[in-house]
Amino acid sequence: MAPVTVFGSAVFANAARVLVCLEEVGIEYEVVEVDYMAKEHKGPEHLSRNPFGQIPALQDGDVMLFESRAISKYVLRKYGKASNVDLLREDSAEEAALVDVWTEVEAHHYFPAIAPIVYECVVFPARLGMQPNQKVVDESLEKLGKVLEIYEARLSKSKYLAGDFFSFADLTHFPYTYYFMKTTHASLLDKFPHVKAWWEDLMSRPSTKKHGAGMFLEP
Amino acid sequence: MGIKVYGPAASTNVARVLVCLEEVGAEYELVPVDMPSGEHKRPEHLARNPFGQVPAFQDGDMMLSESRAIAKYILRKGGSQLLRECNLSESAIVDVWLEVEAAQFSSAMSPIIFQCFVIPIVMGGKPDMKVVEENLEKLKKALEVYEARLSKFKYLAGEFVSLADISHFPTAHYLLGSPHASAIDAYPHVKAWIADIMARPSVKKVRELMKMASA
Repeated sequence: MAPVTVFGSAVFANAARVLVCLEEVGIEYEVVEVDYMAKEHKGPEHLSRNPFGQIPALQDGDVMLFESRAISKYVLRKYGKASNVDLLREDSAEEAALVDVWTEVEAHHYFPAIAPIVYECVVFPARLGMQPNQKVVDESLEKLGKVLEIYEARLSKSKYLAGDFFSFADLTHFPYTYYFMKTTHASLLDKFPHVKAWWEDLMSRPSTKKHGAGMFLEP
Repeated sequence: MGIKVYGPAASTNVARVLVCLEEVGAEYELVPVDMPSGEHKRPEHLARNPFGQVPAFQDGDMMLSESRAIAKYILRKGGSQLLRECNLSESAIVDVWLEVEAAQFSSAMSPIIFQCFVIPIVMGGKPDMKVVEENLEKLKKALEVYEARLSKFKYLAGEFVSLADISHFPTAHYLLGSPHASAIDAYPHVKAWIADIMARPSVKKVRELMKMASA
């Protein structure tokens, strides 16, 4: 049986999201590079895996998936039980709902605020030799600050986002935050002590340490 | 069950939650939130949804936000097959296309809805056609992928209808009611698929609630 294959390495934040989930459930997987600079992700072979021409995709036997958050949930759902890893909490309707809520919050509130900073300060300079658009960065930092106030309030009441248990809702924040913390704006987290402590806890996990090492783009 | 949904039915995100309640036949109370007067940004509503958005959803002691999370909760509790969670690969593909709905379809539609409906009707202003055109282009690129998909399968996740399909209905409702409805004519499978979703009794009921709320 071929191992699970991820198309796109950890340098791509959305691929890193999937890779840390694979580490958490402890199954064998292989990573196939997709050459971004050569636009391989827009070529016919990759488009047959992800019709939107984005990274990552994942193949598990006959199943081909894209959209990193969907892939991640599949991995955690399929392989979690055998490894005694429960990051989706689907035995409890209420806990699963809270995991889903904060996973959606990452997608619709956190990511839109933090991703432009990551693109401007890390990705575009490293990949395209461009200078950051300071207006975009400043607007995004302001948005991110407001989002982090809400996270601070939440994490002052519970140890993790969905409750007192670690879940995918926390883990899904790893990749973009990791790149953000390489920038000069990392100090923003100092204003939010519960968020900072939560981040350090997230980074203490073997899965995030392992794939952080593969996220080699520098600001 | 003591279910309350806070927000106007005309909101696409509120409508997404309402259609799931209708699908499972749950009783619920729809509690108005007066957005033009800023009620959604005041402390009482912020206590329900800290991002100051609609919907918020209450079931007994539990308060939830984020319509797609609420949708899944409702469908699971109601024993619906719309998530296919009994089958690992099917439920994964439902999740994939639910992500696509948010990332590709609704992300292009939201600015169009804001320009074509909210600005003229709620704010008494004129739409910015540059924003509309840019987002119609994005939408069409996404619709090419949808057309290819729906040429192979009856629904997005396969031969079975799922939350991934139904989750599109609120934004599709506004597209059909906008001056740009003909954008889907170039995509016959997409057009037929939208018509199929709109024919569901749950969808028809919520579309009526959406129209009443906009009046």
